Amino acid sequence: MLRAHGLACDRGDRRLFSAVDLCVSPGEWLQVEGANGAGKTSLLRMLAGLSPAADGHIEWDGRPMGEARDDYHARLLYLGHAAAIKEDLSALENLQTAAAIAGRPLDEATALAALRRIGLKGREDLPARVLSQGQKRRVALARLLCSQARLWILDEPFVALDVAAVTQLCGILDEHLARGGMLIFTSHQAVQLAGSGATLKLSASTHPRAGAEPREVAA
Amino acid sequence: MSQRLVNWFKFASPASFYPLAGKMWPWFAALGTVLAAVGLWISFFVAPTDFQQGEGYRIIFIHVPASWMSMFIYCVMAFWAAIGITFNTRLSGMMSSALAPTGALFAFLSLWTGALWGKPMWGAWWVWDARLTSELILFFLYIGYIALTAAIDDPRRADKAGAIVALVGVVNVPIIYFSVKWWNTLHQGASVSMTKAPTMAATMLWGMLIMALAFWMYSIAIALYRVRAIILERERHTTWVAELPEMQR
Amino acid sequence: MNAFIAIVRRDLLLAARRKSEVFTALFFFMIVVSLFPLGIGPETAMLRRIAPGVLWVAALLAAMLSLNRLFAADHQDGTLEQMSLSPTPLAVLVSGKVLAHWLTSGLPLVLLAPVIGLQFDLSARALGVLMISLLLGTPVLSLIGAIGAALTLGVRGGGVLLSLLVLPLYIPALIFGAGAVEADVAGLGAGGHLSLLGALLALGVFFAPWAATAALRIALE
Repeated sequence: MLRAHGLACDRGDRRLFSAVDLCVSPGEWLQVEGANGAGKTSLLRMLAGLSPAADGHIEWDGRPMGEARDDYHARLLYLGHAAAIKEDLSALENLQTAAAIAGRPLDEATALAALRRIGLKGREDLPARVLSQGQKRRVALARLLCSQARLWILDEPFVALDVAAVTQLCGILDEHLARGGMLIFTSHQAVQLAGSGATLKLSASTHPRAGAEPREVAA
Repeated sequence: MSQRLVNWFKFASPASFYPLAGKMWPWFAALGTVLAAVGLWISFFVAPTDFQQGEGYRIIFIHVPASWMSMFIYCVMAFWAAIGITFNTRLSGMMSSALAPTGALFAFLSLWTGALWGKPMWGAWWVWDARLTSELILFFLYIGYIALTAAIDDPRRADKAGAIVALVGVVNVPIIYFSVKWWNTLHQGASVSMTKAPTMAATMLWGMLIMALAFWMYSIAIALYRVRAIILERERHTTWVAELPEMQR
Repeated sequence: MNAFIAIVRRDLLLAARRKSEVFTALFFFMIVVSLFPLGIGPETAMLRRIAPGVLWVAALLAAMLSLNRLFAADHQDGTLEQMSLSPTPLAVLVSGKVLAHWLTSGLPLVLLAPVIGLQFDLSARALGVLMISLLLGTPVLSLIGAIGAALTLGVRGGGVLLSLLVLPLYIPALIFGAGAVEADVAGLGAGGHLSLLGALLALGVFFAPWAATAALRIALE
């Protein structure tokens, strides 16, 4: 279970958002919404442990993130805005490398099956350079099919996908939730997912950091 | 012990350090001026003329303390960097970046006076002496630090990156010094050495020590003054800065 | 360990698909070295004397060429984020990247050096020492360079800044590396220099990935 309390994010001198509370339990999803620049990506990066929160704290399974970090990262799959696809590697090599970096090496048969299921049949050995935007996105999403992670944090997973792929991705997400997985994602479109879920709306607060007391020892 | 630690952290907050630094820097500046006057008087009028080197040797009263300071300030920067990385205090990074220009200045001064000294002594503006070469490399390290912190827009990020540079640099300074010395002995033997000043007269030593103290006071004063400017710049959006009397005008 | 091997394999694969980058650095090395006799004159006695220094300085500059890209591509396409979320410590993955960098930029120089050394009329024995010194020294260049590359990641004017930061730190490697060959030519024995170079390498292997990782975390925030 991922729980966060009082999260705040600063960008330069501006406070993007503050006092964000959220809680995601097994089988639940959370959609983060907000205008451009509201801090959606910043929030996801914060939750993934990539950047420190300006304020507030995050708990994983009831333990503070500082303690639980290793366990958390072993059970987390984060797909950022940049899909970590190397142009010069084939779809298959991209998928296998990404899985190996994430600590779960894939054998070729499993990787090929995942690529075929995501709709890249016949393109497994093409360099990513010649794939379209949507196809590159699918290579990244193929990781979901082979993932054992309990929590998925996906930044704009539906971007650049065609209608069929959106439906398919929804199916994959539903399966994950049905297995008791957790999901946090950002999207501008309304998505129908199974299981219980919530929407978190980030409103861009434009006021400067005026009231913020300088902390003695910053976290 | 813990009580004292807490007290120290009180001054680690820019808001409480700013007025303290404001009170302290004029004292250090005044002390520095007095010491410099005494030191210069000793070096120009009291210290005897060197029978080998004539009057030209008097530049060492600037040269040697400047070299000491340039090395010492780098170590202090590294110290603040280590504090900043361990305790994540904001003031440490500000102190490091406030010290860097002064350190670079002393390194440059040391090189310049070294050249001025070298011309009458060795007949050349520049000699690849181990110490001068190390000083030159130290100057490059300072320039690298300043250039990197200036190139990063986010001050917090600049501080952290600068801290790593300072720490990597301070680990490397002894290695560099040792390697340059090794290189020097391999290539020319110890034919030219600045340490060969034969039995230094006591007055000369005193002159140098007083000048070193004067430089020390100057460095502290200017670092405090500069850190105040840095604090104001970075904290300009906070309420405590807005409430400062000098901001009311 | 699997992730370490995967990173090395991937970077070698990428280098193999972009051979031109590897060869550019190699030809740069050759051209820089060839410029010196043209600038100084072709007397063999003089060339023999300057050869170690020239070859080492050229190796330093050639290593700098590829450092810029060490982390930049991974930073841009998000791979670095994935690496920092990996259960394998980031320092291990960074070591993998450094190893791959050395295999594609340092090792070719080591293999090419004896051929270039012939242009400078070095004896077979001196060529051997040169190769050993480069074999011990070029990994140090990759290791220290990684710190600089991580620090200048995403910074304005990163390339020039990188050389400003890294070149002063390369000086000990340059002195001991070139010194080893010179000492051997002078009949003093290269052992001392080579052991010191080895010590630098040991220090670098131990500390550099750690420092580079700390710098990468700053860039990732």
